[in-house]
Amino acid sequence: MSAPEMPAQVSGLRLGPVESIPVGEGRAFAAGDEQVAVFRLRGDDVGGGPLRAMQAACPHAGGPLADGQLDGRKVVCPLHNHVFSLVDGSCSSGDFAVRMYPVRAEDGQIVLGDRPAG
Amino acid sequence: MTRDGDARAELVVVGNGMAGARAVEEILARGGGQRFRITMFGDEPYGNYNRIMLSSVLARNGADAGTDEIYLNPVEWYAENDITLHAGVRVVRVDRFARKVFADDGTVSSYDKLIISTGSRTFFPPMDGMWVDDRTLTPGVFGFRTLDDTRAMIDYAQDRRSAVVIGGGLLGLEAAYGLARHGLEVHVVQSGPVLMNQQLDEEAGAILRRVVERRLGIGVHTGQRPTAIRTTGSVTGVVFGDGSAIDAEMVVVTAGIRPNVGLGVVSGLSVERAIVTDDQMRTVDDPDIYAVGECAQHRGEVYGLVAPLWEQATVLADHLTGADPSAAYHGSRNATKLKVAGVDLASMGIKRPERDDDEFVRFSEPRRGVYKSVVVRDGRLVGATLLGDIGKVAFLTQSFDRGLPLPEERVELLFSLAGPSQAQGAAEMDDSVQVCNCNGVAKGELVGCVAGGTHSVTGVMAATRAGKGCGACKSLVTQIVEWAVEQGGGAVDVDQSASWYVPSIPLEKPALIETIRAQNLRSVSAVFTALVPEGEDAGSKMPLASLLKTVWGADYVDERDARFINDRVHGNIQRDGTFSVVPRMSGGVTTSAELRRIADVADRFAIPMIKVTGGQRIDLLGVRKEDLPAVWAELDMPSGYAYGKTMRTVKTCVGTDFCRYGLGDSTRLGIDMEERYKGLESPAKLKLAVAGCPRNCSEAMVKDIGLVAVGEDRWEVYVGGASGASVRKGDVLTVVDGHAEALRLTGTFMQYYRENARWLERTYDFVPRIGLDELKAILVQDRDGLVAGLDERMQASVDGYHDPWLDGREPATPGQFQNSLPLIVLPQVPVRDGSSSPTGAQP
Repeated sequence: MSAPEMPAQVSGLRLGPVESIPVGEGRAFAAGDEQVAVFRLRGDDVGGGPLRAMQAACPHAGGPLADGQLDGRKVVCPLHNHVFSLVDGSCSSGDFAVRMYPVRAEDGQIVLGDRPAG
Repeated sequence: MTRDGDARAELVVVGNGMAGARAVEEILARGGGQRFRITMFGDEPYGNYNRIMLSSVLARNGADAGTDEIYLNPVEWYAENDITLHAGVRVVRVDRFARKVFADDGTVSSYDKLIISTGSRTFFPPMDGMWVDDRTLTPGVFGFRTLDDTRAMIDYAQDRRSAVVIGGGLLGLEAAYGLARHGLEVHVVQSGPVLMNQQLDEEAGAILRRVVERRLGIGVHTGQRPTAIRTTGSVTGVVFGDGSAIDAEMVVVTAGIRPNVGLGVVSGLSVERAIVTDDQMRTVDDPDIYAVGECAQHRGEVYGLVAPLWEQATVLADHLTGADPSAAYHGSRNATKLKVAGVDLASMGIKRPERDDDEFVRFSEPRRGVYKSVVVRDGRLVGATLLGDIGKVAFLTQSFDRGLPLPEERVELLFSLAGPSQAQGAAEMDDSVQVCNCNGVAKGELVGCVAGGTHSVTGVMAATRAGKGCGACKSLVTQIVEWAVEQGGGAVDVDQSASWYVPSIPLEKPALIETIRAQNLRSVSAVFTALVPEGEDAGSKMPLASLLKTVWGADYVDERDARFINDRVHGNIQRDGTFSVVPRMSGGVTTSAELRRIADVADRFAIPMIKVTGGQRIDLLGVRKEDLPAVWAELDMPSGYAYGKTMRTVKTCVGTDFCRYGLGDSTRLGIDMEERYKGLESPAKLKLAVAGCPRNCSEAMVKDIGLVAVGEDRWEVYVGGASGASVRKGDVLTVVDGHAEALRLTGTFMQYYRENARWLERTYDFVPRIGLDELKAILVQDRDGLVAGLDERMQASVDGYHDPWLDGREPATPGQFQNSLPLIVLPQVPVRDGSSSPTGAQP
């Protein structure tokens, strides 16, 4: 599964300093009308920098994904242990998936959205 | 006789027990399904089950735990094989001239061939008080023969404290063992002088008795003939011929069995001790009627063990289907291998020398509960008994069955000196030697299964059912599978990961602890770096964090991301992302001041629900994550750890303070225990309780650890109880003297559990896995000298305690208590402003 198109109004949002997320954990942010969980990986196992962003609520029962435990590849929802890929949002334990958002660190800030062209 | 164009003959089988069903299986295996339309009657309302396993069902100590395994053929099997099964229906008469059977539900079935396999029933010796009327046993009296008997016993035993088993044979000891596992005080009464006198001589019987009494705590009374059952509507005791008596709330009668021959008698068949058959298992009166199993008498013998029954079923099927018209049964040699009350026993042939020149070689080691003897006649083995150590059973069985030449050094019959290794033993066994007596599996079938591609012991066991009965043959099955796989040039597949502590590290818990200590790995990330080449694994973090905290105590390097959310914010996450807050209220005792503060907090933070918990505490539910630090501060009470894989609570009753019946100060002990062990990490949650008397008001008998006062400051220590998704009565580890010793031993057990239990393995699985006897040896008798170390490490953990709710004043990580869900209207990130703020983190 590839990331769906970024809603226009949130692309390029700066969510705050990278330091606001402890290493190996996630925090939830509001970005426009969207709720986004941003994770800061301890190890960058798959490339693409230390940050990942996905929808904040688990598609299964609305669990807070930012409270989940993660490793370099996946995050586990704290309510019912559904496992989501940090690469493509796919779920290895259920028949659903989460929406992924492009996210990057820029000048120590979390920036949602694609890297500016050029 | 045919029906509707179906040219098949009618085969009716009366009796759906192990013999009847086995006979049908053998018939089907010989293509009998094409020749016969098969109808079976069984008076039990089930498919066919393994009666031998009733002992393990009883000992399993948990309602229906494992009864699935007992079924040999579930009811679907009958349909799949085109067999008409009348379950729960009893056949009352056979009209041999009209060739019909009549059942008690009015069913009439015609037959061309009839098999009678009605088995046997419990013999109830004539005793006053046994019966309420002709058909009804006095409440509390049980036979031990059927699944219903067993379930009724388990049910009845729940609220009972004592039982007498009449009859000290195999079945009696199994019943006693099972009931003792349910926590009852059990006495076995044997009118003769020797336990299991069918298999054991006096010396072996005495050794078994010693094991039963000392290791299992079961009372044994030999040479006592019970004459009456004392009742007051239900059982209250057993009275003996000399006027003495034993108080008991239940009685199990295992004083022998009687073949069910009533059907044979009313149908005009020759019946002596059982229905008389010829060498083809046909009744001597009617060539179309066969009898097989415990209801059949062949050459004067009636067999009560399962191995002869398999042989009879084979001959019957060969003859009936015409697969081998010359098949003949010549009787079985009396050889058996079993496990009685947890003790291995093998016996074959005669027990003692019978002729002047019989050689008799014996070894006896009462302290270890080991006895071995062999009887040799004219250089051939004619008898052997192995008790407690059956390492030589394969070799002896083969020598006995085949009359093989014996080693000149007769002692080699009892011990492997420089003799063949186990693998060679497996190699030397003939393919036809039966390995699993319970399920009738020969070595050849195991070898065939391996040749068919199954290379794991568990796989072969599942496919052949070998070792799935009493389990006594598991080591032999393992040897044979290993040998057979090696023969094929392969290696045995082992599902090792099942025993690993976490899926990402191929080590069992003790080895993992050793590695962690040896490599000085103090944080979860250090463990991943050192031991997991693939890097982190989310699912392994929490179990590793728990283990490291247990191993290192205050020296553990805590990385917050290794914690589950509950442990990051010290509350239990709820379905809506809010948390529950349960302050510690040691022993369930509180004060008016605490209650006022709780009420104030509930008002101030608009707590949606205040609930009294099963652990005698007060739960504030629906607390928002961001409110947690303020809630703790206002409560000014310590954490009750209702969220962690930790020691949770110690439930108490009012003990001696107010209760009229209290035998011990359970409240004080409970409070002391909770204060001492508060917040201890463990592989799974621990729920404790202390009861001031055996009325058990605080439910101590169904807790992970429970103490029950029995008077004079003595406490029974129960471990492995449960009353959640599993319900299990705890096992009595020991009885201790005094509060201090109760506190210490509780800690010893907890530390052993912390160091040895698998992740999330509750004590109700852990205790049976390790075995109560083993736990007693390690923790009470200190057999291995571990106790001092366990106690020392427990003390270090106790000393390292720190109340996590004090942390709220200074968050441990940025945004520790920041909301992660859109529960409330979130402050919006100003669009393209650059200075966004995380949700809900306002001061």
